[in-house]
Amino acid sequence: MGEPDPTGRFGRFGGRFVPETLMPALMELEQAFRDAWADGPFRSELDKLLCDYAGRPSALTECHRLSAELGVRVLLKREDLNHTGSHKINNVLGQALLAKRMGKARLVAETGAGQHGVATATAAALLGQECVVYMGEVDMARQELNVFRMRLLGAEVVPATSGSRTLKDAVNDAMRDWVATVERSHYCLGSVMGPHPYPWMVREFHRVTGTEARRQMLDATGSLPDVVVACVGGGSNAAGIFSGFSESRDVDLVGVEPAGGAAVGHGIPGIVHGMMSYLMQDEFGQVEEAESISAGLDYPGVGPEHSHLADSGRARYEAVADDEVVEAFVLLSRTEGIIPALESAHALAWVSRERAALAGKTVLVNLSGRGDKDVAQMMDVLADRL
Amino acid sequence: MLQPALGARIASGGRCLVPYLTGGLPQADPADWTTTLCAIADAGADAIEVGIPFSDPVMDGPVIQQASDEALAAGANPAGILDELTGVDAGVPLAVMTYANLVYRFGWERFASTMSASGVGAAILPDIPLEEADPWCNAADAAGVETVMLAAPTAPDERLERIVERASGFVYAVGLLGITGERDELASSAKVIAARLKAVTDKPVLVGVGIGSPAQAVEVCEVADGVVIGSAVVRRALQTRSPEAVAELVGGFRAALDAG
Repeated sequence: MGEPDPTGRFGRFGGRFVPETLMPALMELEQAFRDAWADGPFRSELDKLLCDYAGRPSALTECHRLSAELGVRVLLKREDLNHTGSHKINNVLGQALLAKRMGKARLVAETGAGQHGVATATAAALLGQECVVYMGEVDMARQELNVFRMRLLGAEVVPATSGSRTLKDAVNDAMRDWVATVERSHYCLGSVMGPHPYPWMVREFHRVTGTEARRQMLDATGSLPDVVVACVGGGSNAAGIFSGFSESRDVDLVGVEPAGGAAVGHGIPGIVHGMMSYLMQDEFGQVEEAESISAGLDYPGVGPEHSHLADSGRARYEAVADDEVVEAFVLLSRTEGIIPALESAHALAWVSRERAALAGKTVLVNLSGRGDKDVAQMMDVLADRL
Repeated sequence: MLQPALGARIASGGRCLVPYLTGGLPQADPADWTTTLCAIADAGADAIEVGIPFSDPVMDGPVIQQASDEALAAGANPAGILDELTGVDAGVPLAVMTYANLVYRFGWERFASTMSASGVGAAILPDIPLEEADPWCNAADAAGVETVMLAAPTAPDERLERIVERASGFVYAVGLLGITGERDELASSAKVIAARLKAVTDKPVLVGVGIGSPAQAVEVCEVADGVVIGSAVVRRALQTRSPEAVAELVGGFRAALDAG
């Protein structure tokens, strides 16, 4: 998983489909990222924050009881143990530092489940930056706790009230804000999506997950995993962990999408949010509304590099249904004492469903986040069972 | 074609008025949106921008977004709007304004040829910047369709020169940093970007985004060759659903520009 071409494309996907107002800002951002990424002191400062503040490296946990239950050797990359509770902090600390370096004191972000919003608000508080987070009205209702967290951290949370009032609409509103404030704001995009250089830059900020996981797997098991599994909405946690294994052709890479938001599985190439990628859309090109029990995966598109990985056959993308996700949420909680984020439970649900095919194999699952944020929602879903 | 029509107005010492109307926007029975389109033309428009609504219009503010949502709910789609325009003789050149995905889904070449067959001579695609323009522009050029390019206040001079070179029909000067919608005052950036563009091109330079009143239109036309009026027109259409009321608004802009 290397650099995109000069037009920001991975294969035929990617590019920069944005209003003209933003083009100079994207070029400035690309140059700033190139400079920063090649700059030792910048890298050191970020590494130090990832270590001292975010808690990296995150653990690798072998799941003995879950493995016995499934007949598959399962290990978890524990991004849930990061500060703020998910992988999102890796990218956000990188972008917030970059914004500071570029002299932009205001961060604009979108959020679905709230994890990226909380991470952005956290980084903004740490670095003394102003922070505005757009969040779909529907998502604000189902993730009240994270809304409160963001406000506590000093961020302004603005409801997105158009369309499906979920993540897709929050992205639209964040882009509108950026169009109007581009001279003083940095758009802290939360996944490997959007216009170039975001898909590439965000993946590089998450590469730390894959680099650590590869080394940890070799230390713990003496070999690489047979399969690496991660959930995919926009696909940032998957891109991070895949990047550690993509050069090893014997390792299967599996991205797991929600059945109601399977952009790779059911989408066709399209252009939205600044990129060309697989997209759920109707016959006229109107973007369809994704549906998932997990607000963080409620997105009709996918990052362009994932579209390319799917086209090239290097990774495959599977879909799981909400009820399978709920079962996996309970399964990991009961067998390992780890309550996963509903997003991460998608990856576990696929492993559980495919246990027969995976028998005897070693599977590494990226546990992208912890489930605290989802507990209130799941209290209703599981009310009759507990 | 846009450029000759606008050029003729400018050559006679006038200033160009290009109103925007959301295609498929429901109007009060028995009028439909094409009735409003013709009324706008009769009220003194030099050309008309017809919006083909998209589900995720990131360049648009709440007024045009609401109109898009209503039109989509009423069944508007690109083929249908172009088909309806085939039967309309507005008497002025038409341009479509829409987003990349609708055109890409339709097919670059097929969209350009369908536009041409429908009598629509120009396209404005705000999320196709210079770097992504070739597939569309090549198809448009082959079909004889003009491509209006947007130029923003954030662009350095060398970029403006490349934009105006690629533009046909007119150059759409984005009046301010932000999305479509009226503002209380004309942004200072509007005249600045118009002047910067006038310094590097002889093509018509029209300012859009953020112009809501005849007085603002007159002010910006001290520098620019004309204006695009979007949200103010659509707001009136949403509020009244009346072709006559929308035409009255457009007539006000025409009179103000003519009086200078």
